[in-house]
Amino acid sequence: MDIHEYQAKELLARHGIHVPRGGLAYSPEQATYRAREIGGGKWVLKAQVHSGARGKAGGIKLCSNDEEISSAAEAMLGRKLVTHQTGPRGKLISRLYLEEAVDIAQELYLGFVLDRKEERVMIVASAAGGMEIEEIAEKAPDSIIRATVDPGVGMQRFQAREIAFGLGLEDSLIGKATETIFSCYQVFRDYDASMLEINPLVVTRDGSLVALDAKMSFDENALFRRPEISELRDKSQEDPRETFASDRGLSYVGLDGNIGCIINGAGLAMATMDMIKIAGGEPANFLDIGGGASPERVAKSFRAVLGDKNVETILVNIFAGINRCDWVAEGVIKAIREVGVNVPLVVRLSGTRAEEGRRILADSGEAVIVADTLAEAAEKAVAAWRAATKKKAA
Amino acid sequence: MAILLNRSTRVIVQGFTGKIGSFHAEDMKRYGTKLVGGVTPGKGGQTHLGLPVFNTVKGAVRETRAEASIVFVPPPFAADSIMEAADAGIKLCVCITDGIPSQDMMQVKRYMRRYRFEDRMRLVGPNCAGMITPGQALMGIMPGSIYLPGRIGIVGRSGTLGYEAASQMKALGIGVSTSVGIGGDPINGSSFKDILKLFEQDDETDAVVMIGEIGGPQEAEAAIWARDNMRKPLIAYIAGLSAPKGRRMGHAGAIISAFGESAQEKVEILKEAGVIIVPTPSSFGEVVADTLARMKKAA
Repeated sequence: MDIHEYQAKELLARHGIHVPRGGLAYSPEQATYRAREIGGGKWVLKAQVHSGARGKAGGIKLCSNDEEISSAAEAMLGRKLVTHQTGPRGKLISRLYLEEAVDIAQELYLGFVLDRKEERVMIVASAAGGMEIEEIAEKAPDSIIRATVDPGVGMQRFQAREIAFGLGLEDSLIGKATETIFSCYQVFRDYDASMLEINPLVVTRDGSLVALDAKMSFDENALFRRPEISELRDKSQEDPRETFASDRGLSYVGLDGNIGCIINGAGLAMATMDMIKIAGGEPANFLDIGGGASPERVAKSFRAVLGDKNVETILVNIFAGINRCDWVAEGVIKAIREVGVNVPLVVRLSGTRAEEGRRILADSGEAVIVADTLAEAAEKAVAAWRAATKKKAA
Repeated sequence: MAILLNRSTRVIVQGFTGKIGSFHAEDMKRYGTKLVGGVTPGKGGQTHLGLPVFNTVKGAVRETRAEASIVFVPPPFAADSIMEAADAGIKLCVCITDGIPSQDMMQVKRYMRRYRFEDRMRLVGPNCAGMITPGQALMGIMPGSIYLPGRIGIVGRSGTLGYEAASQMKALGIGVSTSVGIGGDPINGSSFKDILKLFEQDDETDAVVMIGEIGGPQEAEAAIWARDNMRKPLIAYIAGLSAPKGRRMGHAGAIISAFGESAQEKVEILKEAGVIIVPTPSSFGEVVADTLARMKKAA
């Protein structure tokens, strides 16, 4: 789960990491009011969306008076910011953050991630901050410093100190940098983060160390014990299709194709989407209905998939282990009768009670295209989709 | 004996008396698994499904000489249960639980290293379907009927995609020595490489099918190891061709976040290492059959 920059900064500030003075605004008036509160004569107005690279997309503006703040806020609010991280649909700007402008002497990069190879938290730092880490890795790979933390004892101060010296900082800054790096690790660990990135971490002209930007993501499996983090969720930043599904306990990822998918198991779901692609179609979504799916759950899945107006065909592929194909079949019929399915529907049932499931579909008299194998299911779905779009065009 | 699990492996269930634990314990018993008891703290001394219940894993090991444990404990307590098994002298632990925090898994893996390698418990999972040695024993949640006993090893992250592969093979009369699910989490007990090593040494396995997916370094690592160390053919499929970068596809670990983690990139790395690629998820059966035919010809 991602959070906003201002929320991440609040967490960091609470743990002694310096951030610029700033305030949240939902309107141009509020933004100018914040400028009075903060004081000074130069501010930065920042669109709060769950994405990096906001500057290039027009989501960050330097302002030096009320008019500039007001018109920049007017231009941003209610708009969708499109960056290379948001995808073409972009993300809605409904919150702004106004900060005092900082006099920058040097930009550093500081990141914390889960390293899957080492199975530890890895700290990544570089004196070449300001650009994205991928770019640093390409343009200044030798500037990257890495260290991993032993989960048994946690991060040690010497590790933070080594990084501080490795960044080539002046002696007067080593103590501050060591504390900053060390505190960031504490925040990462204490809140079950999966990613924490401060880019840039800046050295100011008056010799302090400030987190100018902050990005954080959290381990969704750990939210049960981090209620204060769960509260930071901002649904306006999510794909509405995904919010609908996740509110109903379904694992769903929206894509850009036309063939809606309802599948059990993440691996089989990915494989079925691959098969659709190989057969010449494009999947509209990933959806895993999970184990022990009741007819109601199947019907809910149909609602989630049909909520996407681009869906022109639905493919249901179930290989039941703990699931029961007869329940899935009942759910399919329930969906047809209660939700209304106005697009071609292909169903493949395999595993536990597959025979019974197929019989329920056949006896229902509903227009369900049945398939026996994975390949057949994908081919029939793509063929049905082609026929349906042809009919529409004619 | 295939790998890890056979008909004489003595198994206990952690989270034995819960709804999910009970359901699968019965299923495993029915399949032929030598279930010797279970653990639910606070319910020690009771009898459940005709088997003794213990308060602690140590107690269960002492009384039943259990060597293996399967964990159905809910996510907040699962890491603790795994460490309890490791400390009690369990040799093989399969954790089915989905939803364990990453930091808990880091702790588990660190904790297990306090034991000498020879004494260290082998953990499979979490967030997996478990394992089956067809015709002998089931330590997992897969439907036993789709596996034919035979000489092909299967190791995969996904449960249902593993079923798909096994049933395609069964349709062509090809059986399985052992099928192991290593789970879909970013930090897991046994890697692809760990399981490949066991299959390579197993006299009852002729070739191995590896079912990978997007995210993480394990498939590439396994392929490089296989290139340098494996004599048996390795056949692989990578799921997630149509997965966009940066999006989690169901499994906590199925996310492309670095170079080399997309399906296309992994397939390239595997091909270069000489792994036989299953081009589509509907051709597991075919590719295994072809490989076996070629092996026969060469012999």
